[in-house]
Amino acid sequence: MTNKPRVTVWIGGAAGDGVASTGDIFCKTSSRMGLHVYAYNSYQSVIRGGHVYYQVQVGADSKVLSQGDDADVLIALNQDTINRHAAHIREGGVVIYNSDKIKTEGIKLGAGVRALGLPVTQLTQAYPGKSGVMQNTLALGALVHLLGLDWAIFEESIRSTFGKKKAEVAEANVSIAKAGLEHAKSKLEPLPLALKGDGKRRSLLTGNQAIAMGSVIGGCKFYAAYPMTPASSIMHWLAPRAPKYGVVMKQCEDEIASINMAIGAGHAGVRSMTGTAGGGFALMTEAVGLAAMTETPVVIVEVQRGGPSTGLPTKTEQGDLWQILGASQGEYPRAVIAPTSVSDAFYATTESLNLAEQFQCPVLIISDLLLSEHMETVDPDTLTNHVPIERGEIIAPWIESHGTNGHGKTEKYLRFKDTPSGVSPRALPGTPDLMYVAASDEHNEEGIVISDVYTDTTTRVKMMEKRMRKVDGLLKATKGPVVDGNPADSAITLVGWGSTLQIIQEIVLALRKEGVKVCHMQIRNIIPFHAAEVEAVLKASKKTVCIENNFTGQMATLIRQETSFQFHHKIHKYDGEPFYFEPLLEQVKACLAPGAPARQVQLTV
Amino acid sequence: MAETKQQLTFASYKSQTPPDWCPGCGDFGVLNSLQTACAALEIDPSQLMVVSGIGCSSNLPGFIRAYGFHSLHGRSVPVASGIKLANHDMNVVITGGDGDGYGIGLGHFVHAMRRNLNVTYIVMNNEIYGLTTGQASPTTMKSTKTKSTPYGSIESQLNPEALALVSGASFVARGFSGEPAHLAETMKKAIQHKGFSLVDVMSPCVTYNKLNTYSWFRERVYKLESENHDSSNFETALKKSFEWDLRIPLGVFYQTERPTYEEEEGALEFGPLVKQKLGLSDEDWKALIKETL
Repeated sequence: MTNKPRVTVWIGGAAGDGVASTGDIFCKTSSRMGLHVYAYNSYQSVIRGGHVYYQVQVGADSKVLSQGDDADVLIALNQDTINRHAAHIREGGVVIYNSDKIKTEGIKLGAGVRALGLPVTQLTQAYPGKSGVMQNTLALGALVHLLGLDWAIFEESIRSTFGKKKAEVAEANVSIAKAGLEHAKSKLEPLPLALKGDGKRRSLLTGNQAIAMGSVIGGCKFYAAYPMTPASSIMHWLAPRAPKYGVVMKQCEDEIASINMAIGAGHAGVRSMTGTAGGGFALMTEAVGLAAMTETPVVIVEVQRGGPSTGLPTKTEQGDLWQILGASQGEYPRAVIAPTSVSDAFYATTESLNLAEQFQCPVLIISDLLLSEHMETVDPDTLTNHVPIERGEIIAPWIESHGTNGHGKTEKYLRFKDTPSGVSPRALPGTPDLMYVAASDEHNEEGIVISDVYTDTTTRVKMMEKRMRKVDGLLKATKGPVVDGNPADSAITLVGWGSTLQIIQEIVLALRKEGVKVCHMQIRNIIPFHAAEVEAVLKASKKTVCIENNFTGQMATLIRQETSFQFHHKIHKYDGEPFYFEPLLEQVKACLAPGAPARQVQLTV
Repeated sequence: MAETKQQLTFASYKSQTPPDWCPGCGDFGVLNSLQTACAALEIDPSQLMVVSGIGCSSNLPGFIRAYGFHSLHGRSVPVASGIKLANHDMNVVITGGDGDGYGIGLGHFVHAMRRNLNVTYIVMNNEIYGLTTGQASPTTMKSTKTKSTPYGSIESQLNPEALALVSGASFVARGFSGEPAHLAETMKKAIQHKGFSLVDVMSPCVTYNKLNTYSWFRERVYKLESENHDSSNFETALKKSFEWDLRIPLGVFYQTERPTYEEEEGALEFGPLVKQKLGLSDEDWKALIKETL
């Protein structure tokens, strides 16, 4: 058997056991060795107790596209973890556990699975009274041995995690890890792996961190939000950095205030954003229309989690597409973008900030818990702070506004001028002489409301058509779907949207390796919908399957509405967990077989 | 060219659109007093931003020559907060009614006072919903019969001044549109105040409120300053805020100085956001990437 280039590690425990920080040190070590990492933290909405597991796939090549399947190594930080996950360890795998506390009698391990008990009290005699937290470090030391990780880099990762302030704690952890490594060495051979990194240091980022970074780089100066999982980490990333970057991060009393403040800031002339989950977005919807009606640029991030209602606060789902499509009363122009990866989340944000100002309308970024909270390695060379900043036409920009505005008085300034593109030059409040009112009521080109007059059908039609004309521009300014492969000579076309890009890519790689010709189309720019391109791919396909993290197939429904195309097969998952590679591969293969089911559901147990 | 300060008069704030309020509406007096106050303070109309919600009184931005934002019902305060945070060089005045500010927008009102941005909030309080044709509002007096309370309102009325005081407002005043000169003076003080200022204006609705009429108010109002009220004393102010049935105080209840939000917000040390550079320098970017490795 050849040595595996990729390995999957699960770390399980109760909330408060340090599962995430243990996982982070492992990710940091792997990343700094030049390995590729994809980590997913499956957690609960409790602060202490419950069950949490952190799943990491690490590999020597860039084919690390998901959290991996069953574990090669399971680190069980409590009894519950070993009881639940012993069956999820692969043949030849190892379970690491605290043998002082965790009982293995009655636990059935799979064929060839080895158990590595850590006598924590004995191994940490030099540090009495702290064995509770030290089991994590011991286990990490053992993991370094089993995976053949670089000790020096591991040590550096521990030190950088604890920082200079806690140098003593860092030293203690290094010695304890060493004890764990020595113990493991005395008991077991390392796994047969080929985990040699290329030595290139990559950024370890979550989707939300990428969105937050993208906001700053894209010139966002104002971010308003109310805490809500899984969007809060955007706020958490910005809060400590915002003041030094000249960005106001405003925590508001609720989501209604958040979006309205962002609209106020956008109207005043700064790039502004807000972010929330589905429930918070439900509260924001009226104001989305306000931004469209007053032609105010604003970017809204909606990070989906399991719904409806409070639903599954810490679990992933793609169930809010139609909420976003139906948000706010009336009809108005807007863009909806579903980023497909962590680096795409960065660029989707900078792009959204441009579109919002160029077209003076709301732009929605639709993410989900998986994309926003999973961590992966990103080549830092693919990220840049030199992104284009397109602000659209602003009359007498602030820099010049201290003098005269240069706008001739012969022609009256019309804030909402009816132009061929539907976009009217903006005068920011404070610009001398160009006073106008931006109104949520229907208004004329000057901004004077027509809602209170007896009837003014002509102006209404003119203004409606002016705003809706922006849709044509938005369609031209955004790209069609990402297509990999030729639908006509492929056995099947796989379709997904947003965060499922990478798992579907993993399926595509596997099928092609088996000699199956396959095409993959990922929808990223949802509104305006690039119907012609999507339809062309689907109509050229022999078989089609739409893969979505929801119950009803919201993208399939949208595609049918926009193109009248009906998918042959659908694969759904709405159990709160992301798709897993092995079952998804089987389900896609089932679609290729005769008499394939029209609808398959994936369930992770 | 923008007017020089010397050229600014009452007429400088006159909009081309005439108000569409009912003849006799209290809001005319409020608009008039606001224009008088702005002229007296020589505020450049280009540097004045009037933000409202929805309701009869929220139409005010259309009737004053200034930058305006006529937002959603109840959302004037957050919209104005965003504007002020983005450009704190602007003079921001929020206008609206009792339903807009004390009903649907109440949550924002309370938090705005904690926040203490340097903005002025003028509420045209007519104790009724006017634009929706006469339902009970949060300030409708108990037992009042309205379209939505035909047997008399069961809920007690909200006390905006007391609420403002306990919510941490740094300036709390009441005006009456039947006393325009006094109202203009009160507005001047409010606009000049550094921090959040509330002017709750008794602005009678001649169409739907047959109880709280001009004469009803005239029989009750008196001026706090004529009774040597100490507006720096919080306890006295709170006590005065509970006077209503027999005597209704007008003028400044309370005024105190504390740092404004914009003074304490670190990002604004570089000046108004709208005048700041966008993005990050290469040096900051490199440091940021290093953090992620």
